[in-house]
Amino acid sequence: MNDHKANAPQRGDFLLIGVLIAVGLALTAFVLLSRMGGQSDDLTVVIRQDGQVVASLPLDEDTVYTVQGEDDAVNRVVIEDGVVFMEEASCPDRLCVKQGKIRYAGDSLICLPNRVVVEITGRDDLGLDAVAK
Amino acid sequence: MRARRVAQYGLLIALAMVLSYVESLVPTFFAVPGIKLGLTNLVVMVALYRMSSRDAIIINLVRILLVSITFGNAFSLMYAAGGGLLSGAVMILLKRTRRFQLLTVSIAGGIAHNVGQILVAMVLLETWQVSYYLLILWWSGLAAGLVIGILTAQVVRRLPVSLFEPGAAAERDGDGKGDGK
Repeated sequence: MNDHKANAPQRGDFLLIGVLIAVGLALTAFVLLSRMGGQSDDLTVVIRQDGQVVASLPLDEDTVYTVQGEDDAVNRVVIEDGVVFMEEASCPDRLCVKQGKIRYAGDSLICLPNRVVVEITGRDDLGLDAVAK
Repeated sequence: MRARRVAQYGLLIALAMVLSYVESLVPTFFAVPGIKLGLTNLVVMVALYRMSSRDAIIINLVRILLVSITFGNAFSLMYAAGGGLLSGAVMILLKRTRRFQLLTVSIAGGIAHNVGQILVAMVLLETWQVSYYLLILWWSGLAAGLVIGILTAQVVRRLPVSLFEPGAAAERDGDGKGDGK
């Protein structure tokens, strides 16, 4: 406490930390609000590989879609009862499988090693309109 | 003098790599990729506060490269670079203003690291739908920065001044015992 420059936090510290926390809270509010709108029956599951859309499926129809990539990369996406999850993946960390089930507009499952992104979009495409509803 | 510098770099970079390895042994408990403590950043911050901005930049670059080559792949290199470079830049700039405590600098650096990774992810995955990840990684970056900041403050306080070149740590306050060179 007496060694390195341990003078009390200055105004700048409080200001910056305050701003950082405020932005965090704003983000939290935004995500929570955008989840309140949107029903599962007008949502679409968009599956992308290397940034290209490979499939676009309705969330309210139970489906299994398998994404094939290079080097035997495989991701099996399951849509069931209005939720989407990654059932099986060839990637080593399998974080996409561990991400569990998603159901709201703006949610996504991301498999970095296989470059596969599964995201739920509203009919109006972005969650922003869901907030205004 | 120069050999001494090289030895210091070697020591700190080796330490950074060991910390990276240790951290990779800890299983990921969280569903969102990218949540981790970032122990390696401890080394970069100690370099920043006990050596100089230049030393911190060099150590940061070399450890990003070496850790990714050793434990990762081309993608983890891009993520590590996006996070590491942004957080390094933010921390150096904040420290330069001399208006912020080490802890504040560390917290901002932790958040900047995760924001940098998300920016890389946005480019690589060509998606804008990252608000959910940004939210999680924002708070986890804040928490990680807090912990690393507390650790760094302790390390910087306890580390013998003579370990690093006299004068390099200009930020330190009265250290009467400086080894005159």
